[in-house]
Amino acid sequence: MVTIRDQMNALTIRNLRKTYDNGNQALKGIDLNVKDGDFYALLGPNGAGKTTAIGIVSSLVNKTGGEVEIFGHSIDTDLEAAKSCLGLVPQEININLWDTVGNIVSNQAGYYGIGRKLARERVEKYLRALRLWDRRNDISRSLSGGMKRRLMIARALVHEPRLLILDEPSAGVDIEIRRSMWEYLREINAAGTTIILTTHYLEEAESLCRHIGIIDGGRIIEDTKMSTVLRKLQREVLILSLARDLVEVPKLDGFEARLRDDCELEVEKGPDRSINELFEQLNARGIEVVSLRNKANRLEELFMRLVENKHSDGDAA
Amino acid sequence: MNIGLNLVAVKTIIRKEVIRVLRIWVQTIVPPAITMTLYFIIFGNLIGRRIGSMDGFDYMQYIAPGLIMMSVITNSYGNVVSSFFGAKFGRHVEEMLVSPMSNASIIIGHVAGGVLRGLLVGLLVTVVALFFTRLELAHPLIMISVVLLSSVVFSLAGFINAVFARKFDDISIVPTFVLTPLTYLGGVFYSISMLPEFWQNVSKANPILYMVNAFRYGILGVSDIDITYAYAILLLFVMVLFSSCMLLMHRGVGIRE
Repeated sequence: MVTIRDQMNALTIRNLRKTYDNGNQALKGIDLNVKDGDFYALLGPNGAGKTTAIGIVSSLVNKTGGEVEIFGHSIDTDLEAAKSCLGLVPQEININLWDTVGNIVSNQAGYYGIGRKLARERVEKYLRALRLWDRRNDISRSLSGGMKRRLMIARALVHEPRLLILDEPSAGVDIEIRRSMWEYLREINAAGTTIILTTHYLEEAESLCRHIGIIDGGRIIEDTKMSTVLRKLQREVLILSLARDLVEVPKLDGFEARLRDDCELEVEKGPDRSINELFEQLNARGIEVVSLRNKANRLEELFMRLVENKHSDGDAA
Repeated sequence: MNIGLNLVAVKTIIRKEVIRVLRIWVQTIVPPAITMTLYFIIFGNLIGRRIGSMDGFDYMQYIAPGLIMMSVITNSYGNVVSSFFGAKFGRHVEEMLVSPMSNASIIIGHVAGGVLRGLLVGLLVTVVALFFTRLELAHPLIMISVVLLSSVVFSLAGFINAVFARKFDDISIVPTFVLTPLTYLGGVFYSISMLPEFWQNVSKANPILYMVNAFRYGILGVSDIDITYAYAILLLFVMVLFSSCMLLMHRGVGIRE
């Protein structure tokens, strides 16, 4: 069972601002607290400021203002200690394509001051864990896209950081490998590593993370528990596969229904209605349901709603 | 600063650089050896015979120290500029930037890589030179210190070039339009005493002249300039260039947004 240790923040961000040389204000003063042991999702549309925020935390982007602390170590006054606590899996592939898989991971260990003997043990441990041990002597250029992503995770873990940040780790990774990667991330989180994840696969955030922050237009517009966010959903669209074809749309009290085709019914339900009520009405009309699924990813729907609300608030202001 | 961590990190960069140089030895080690062999055959052997002696040495002997120094300079510079720019271009420089190693360690590691390649190629060219002429070590300590310092200077210069470079063309501009002319006009093939006074004074503004002559002094015991100036210039360049590298890294020029 994973516990979130209340006494310490793994990451503290206060009033973080970034304005690029071209005048683009990527971050407009964000505040964020991620607890030690948490599995945190940072979501946002393209250009929202996620990668900029991660870039500043990992010292790849210079901030314009604000404060960042990693396990209490300020990146302004105690950068070496702050960096030692952090592992980063960036969005873009950034491995040396001409070096071998083993060298890439062992060099990274060296950059963190890990001696050769221990580095060799860690390289084996993490390459095995990420199913790359057999490819350790291969040039990284020869790896598939998914393997390169796993290599970047192994590289980020070799110094066993307390905080691991993954910027869209599942991009370009097939479903099977994505699932095994999720499983591994759950394991290392359960072992105590705090994880922050940005992703476009909202299912990924919903499946893995306990807390969620939504960033849009350089501001945090939501920062709460995943369960709290999901409860905010007001409407849900269900797709019912029917045993027999329907000729016309049934009238359902309190539900909006329409036919997708002769044997698929799409039903929208509000928060005040239960699925039991829906089935009662369907039973009463002799409509037999074979299977049921959600039309849209619920989190995706919520995400769009939050972003749209924010924009309309901004327009009104 | 955690010294132990930084020592391991510097050693890691050096190991990585050595592996890189040896992995692509056909690009890094063989070409300078072939080029210098051609210089020795054409300038030293064929043309040199007609030139006669220079400062009391036959022409082949006279140009050998300059050719060795030329290969050290170009290879030290070339190693750092191509390695660090390659890391920038492929974005794997981020591996070092996110790590806790200091900026000084990143610079020192790459400079050491450049120095090692420069010295390796310089040694190879020396071996080639020994097939054509006889070299004696008049002042071994001066020779070693000058070649080391010169190699450090051009490794640091290569690092700065790599920091500012945005595309591959940018890493060849300085070697082509600055380094090569300065090296050729730096007394590798001639003594500046052969030049009119005006051009002698112009030549003295070329820092490579001091390095080549100090190195030649270390091997042959003759120099066009006072080698004290050579040491002063070398040490000044090391300090100024290292400080510049530190400042650029601190500000994140070319590597941090």
